Order: sequence, then C-alpha cells, then structure tokens
Amino acid sequence: MSEEKWTVNFVVYRKKGDGEPHYQTFTLEVSPDEYVIDGVERIWAFHDRSLVFAHACHHSTCGACGMRVNGVEKLTCITRIRDVTKNGGTLRIEPLRNFPVISDLVVDMSRLYVGMDKVHAPAVHPLSLAPLEGEGIKPPRDVPMDGGKEYLRLADCIECGLCISACPVAGTAEEYLGPAVLAAAQLQGLKRAPDLAEVVDCVDGVWRCHSAYECTAVCPSNVDPGWRIMDLRRQVLAQRIKRWFGGA
Amino acid sequence: MSQFHAIVIGAGFTGVAIAHDLALRGFRVTVVERGPIANGTSGRTHGLLHSGARYAVNDQESAIECIQENQILRLIVPDAIEPNGGLFIAVDESDLEYREKFIQGCEECKIPIRELTPKEALRIEPNLNPKLLTAFTVPDGTFDPLRLALAFAATAKSNGAVFHLYTDVVDLLTDGQGNIKGVKVWNRANDKRFEIEGDIVVNATGAWVGQITSMAGIRVPIAPTPGVMVAYDKRLTQRAINRLNKPGDGDIVLPQRRMMVVGTTSFSIEDPDYVPVLPDHVALMIERGSELIPALRQTKERGAYMATRPLIGSGAPGRSISRTFKAYDHKETDNIEGLVTITGGKATTLRLMAEKTVDLVCKKLGVNVPCTTAETPLISYRKFYVD
Repeated sequence: MSEEKWTVNFVVYRKKGDGEPHYQTFTLEVSPDEYVIDGVERIWAFHDRSLVFAHACHHSTCGACGMRVNGVEKLTCITRIRDVTKNGGTLRIEPLRNFPVISDLVVDMSRLYVGMDKVHAPAVHPLSLAPLEGEGIKPPRDVPMDGGKEYLRLADCIECGLCISACPVAGTAEEYLGPAVLAAAQLQGLKRAPDLAEVVDCVDGVWRCHSAYECTAVCPSNVDPGWRIMDLRRQVLAQRIKRWFGGA
Repeated sequence: MSQFHAIVIGAGFTGVAIAHDLALRGFRVTVVERGPIANGTSGRTHGLLHSGARYAVNDQESAIECIQENQILRLIVPDAIEPNGGLFIAVDESDLEYREKFIQGCEECKIPIRELTPKEALRIEPNLNPKLLTAFTVPDGTFDPLRLALAFAATAKSNGAVFHLYTDVVDLLTDGQGNIKGVKVWNRANDKRFEIEGDIVVNATGAWVGQITSMAGIRVPIAPTPGVMVAYDKRLTQRAINRLNKPGDGDIVLPQRRMMVVGTTSFSIEDPDYVPVLPDHVALMIERGSELIPALRQTKERGAYMATRPLIGSGAPGRSISRTFKAYDHKETDNIEGLVTITGGKATTLRLMAEKTVDLVCKKLGVNVPCTTAETPLISYRKFYVD
C-alpha cells in the first residue's frame, strides 16, 4: 500500500423508515488502495452514526457487503477504491436492486434465501462438486482425496445477492428464482438430485432467464451463474427426452 | 420454564450463542445489536476452528476448551464447517526446538496429533514450503464466520428470541439505586428510540464491553487487541496450515472457498470503533505466510482487514494474555444488580462461553435448568432471514 492520498466524494443513498430516499455526500481522504467498505465504515465511525450498512467478514467469504458502486454491483470489501474512481472523483453508493430496502444501504434478501432453501443449496459440499482449478463448470476428473476420503469445502456461492440485483429479469418477475438459486441447482445436478427438476423446470425457473449474463459479470465468487443456467436447461431437456422414451 | 426476560447486548459469536442457550432454557430473549449479525470481531475472524494445538504449550486452559468445543461444533453446526483438518509445520531450527514441547502439550490437553515425514506432508499438501522439516496433523477445521453466527441466531429465533438489528444501546435503565433494569435503544433503520425492560442484561459486546459498562460507571479490565489479516486470491491447500512454534505474527494460513487467509498481528488500541489496516502489517503477512506456503508470493491480494480481539487483562502485551474468557456478575464485582458482562475467549469456544454465562444468569435468578446446547443441532442459518 502506498502513502498516496486521494480525496473522494462518497454520495450515499439514505432512507429511514417511511421517509423519502435521498443522497448525502461525504468527502473523505482515503488511500486509493483501501477498499470501498473501509470508506463506508469510516463514514459511520467519524461522520454519521445513523448510517445503516451491512458487512461482516471483510474478505469476501460472507457476502454481506454487496452494494451498487457507481451503478455496478460490487462486493465492497474486495473493491479497491483505485479501481472504481479517481482522485477528486465520486463514488455513488446505493443498496442492491430487486430487493426491498430496509434502511440506507441494507436490503431484505429473504427472496434469495427462500430460493436457496427451495433447491436445498448445500453450504458445504464435497470438493468434487466444484473444481478449484480452471474455469469450467463441470466437475473435474482428478480431485485430491484425503487418503480415500473426500475433502469437503464451503460452497463458492456466498449468497451476496449481487446477481439478483444485476439481473434485468429479476426486477420485473418477482417470482423468478434468480441466478444464484438456479446455479445452486445446477451445481448439484439433476442426476444427483432429480427432485430439483420440478422446482427449476417452470416459467419462473430456468426458462425465465434471458441470457443477459449480467449475473456472471458481477459474481464476485467464481460461481458463473449465467453458464450454469444454460447447462441446467440442457439437463432439464435431457431429462424430459429420457422420460419421453420411457426412461425413469 | 422460567418467564424471566433477558436482554442480550451484541450479536457477535458470544451474543448469538447466549441468546440460543437462554432460549433453550426457557427465557424470553431480546437481542440488541447496533449492526447486522457478526459485524465486529466475530465476522472478521480468520475462520480457524482451533484444535487447541496453538495453545497447548503456553495456555492449556484455552487449548482444552478448544479441542472439546471443536468436537461439539462439528456435530451441531456442520453446514458452516470444512472439517478437513490442519497441519503444524516446522520450517526452521527454532520451529524444531518447539517440537518436543508441542508433542507433550498436545498429549496433556488430549489433542490427537500425528507426525508426518516431510515427504508425506508434501504429498497431501503440495504447496507447502518444500524445505519443511517436520509436520503434525491436528483436528483443525475452517468455518464460515457469518454462517456460524447465523446458525445460532436462527435457532434462537426459532425458539422465540427477538432480534433488534441496527439498534444502538444509548443508555442503561436503572432503578434509581444504580441497579440495571433494561436498556434505552435507538433503532437506526427507522430512527425510533425506545426502552426495553428486562430481568437481566447480558453485555456480550466483546472488545466493546467497556462502552456498555461505562454507562453504569463500571470499568472492566479489557484490552482491545486488533490484528491484521490478508486474503489471497487462490486456494493453495485443503487444510489449515500453522507454524510449529509459539503463537506469533502471521503463523496461521488457512483456506476458505477459493482463497487463502494469512493471520494475524497483535497491537493495542483504545477505541475499537474504527481501526485502520496498517500497511506494514499487511506486508508482514505476505512475508510470514510465504515462509509456510511460498506460492502466496505469486498470488494476488484479494482483501486486507482487521479484527479486534477482546483480551482480558491490561498492562500485559497481547500475546502473553490468556485466550480464555470470563463472565462478570457486576453484583459481585461492583455491587450493581441486573448486569452480567462476558468477554475474552475465541470463536471456537463461543458455545462454552454462552453455557458459562447462562449458568451464571440462572444461578443469579434461581433458575434450575441445565444447558443442552452441546447436544442440540442448530437449524439452517438461512432460517434467520426466512420464518
């Protein structure tokens, strides 16, 4: 980290109870190598204790600090100020879209959690379900084993909600399961979990997606929901075809 | 079942575990937290489910607590834990000198360890320093900090606990003689101020306990002791990697999702509300971490952050203070009724801290219900948000 100092205007979305939303500007001296959440936390600590914002781990394992930064969904704990503004520039900080706002920068993400529960998204799963190396969404051929036993790992999806906020469809279709949920179904696979077909093969499931891939563009955690939804469609069709020919 | 109303201040690890324990023992529970769940020290822990081996030589009380709680948490909250184990590795002569003491300490604390040859260690974790001299397996794990806290909170909620998030305690309510009978709060989400009365107030605010006790004119000997952690953008091991030596800076490197997290440092501060991430500490983490896993040097930094441990005691340097915990009945220490403070401890011992605190609360109020949290599996963390 350098000794460089920048002056940045944080233009922050504010809303309390039934009051009208508005924007409030806080001018901060920051190091460009700090993360956006550091600036937001300092606004709370030194400028305005009424600010409401969510955060927990500060290193992208919990998904709590998702916000829109200059109009783009970001996990603010891993978004360096240097990468989203310039010295003397502005950072417009807003809550995620497509969820009801609780206050200021905090939204109610129960829509996402209901969906994740519906597809029984595992929080911890065998390493073989998602490879650590490479870009592919298919399980790898060679997975390290712990002397014949499978390693377990925490799922990549941190349930941050960025994908639902960025999704152009989620805003108009409230019942749409959304990218994270469909990705969690794909991860398990219809072969392994055939009951999921009923949940995802419907108008508010895989067929609602318009392939905008905004979810994949904003995902901070290597889930690649866009591609997973396309793969899940293939799985659904394969299962239907199998059924037409008298398969299970 | 008692109909006593307990108010818990703080929804970090200790607060949520206490809320869960109180609810199971039949209390009416209200939790007041100024941010979201686990936004302070708890959320920012590096996420090591300690085997206790880190403390087996210098702090055996903590070590024994860790190994026992480690085994319990694996059973009651499996969906927040990667149970892949850990390694202690020696990379220089000073580490090797620690070997005998380490074996003896782990044996005394009943922590199961097994020595591996360097070749065996490198076979299971190829990214370790190839110059390693010896290695021990330990039953460490990695946990997801937020989901660990949420699982306790969700279960407490399902048993009737009420959570007021984004709500600051602005003052304590007293009975006119200095005894505590509730809290005055400010909900920042809707800008409403109100009072909550209770039979007992439990101050579970970790490094911030002094801010609450000062409202009652009480001082507790707490040393807020932050440490810096750095996350790197690639997962290089399956297990938690520890340096075989006495506790020091940057001696733990652990995997999380597709990252490695190196921690931590130790320094003293007065006010834990905002602590900067010091650049020289970040530099030290890559220095020390790459002694265990050289490939970290070629890995991009993903995040840098700090967490403030609530260490008990003052005047002593951070590393020499025990990592165990303490529950204070302010009737005994300060002749003020209605307030209990719990602080110190570690993430791994959250359930035990809650058990001891609620035991104290029960004793004070004459409630005779045993603790059952060690045998009670927690429900899904998602249920905190979804009724």
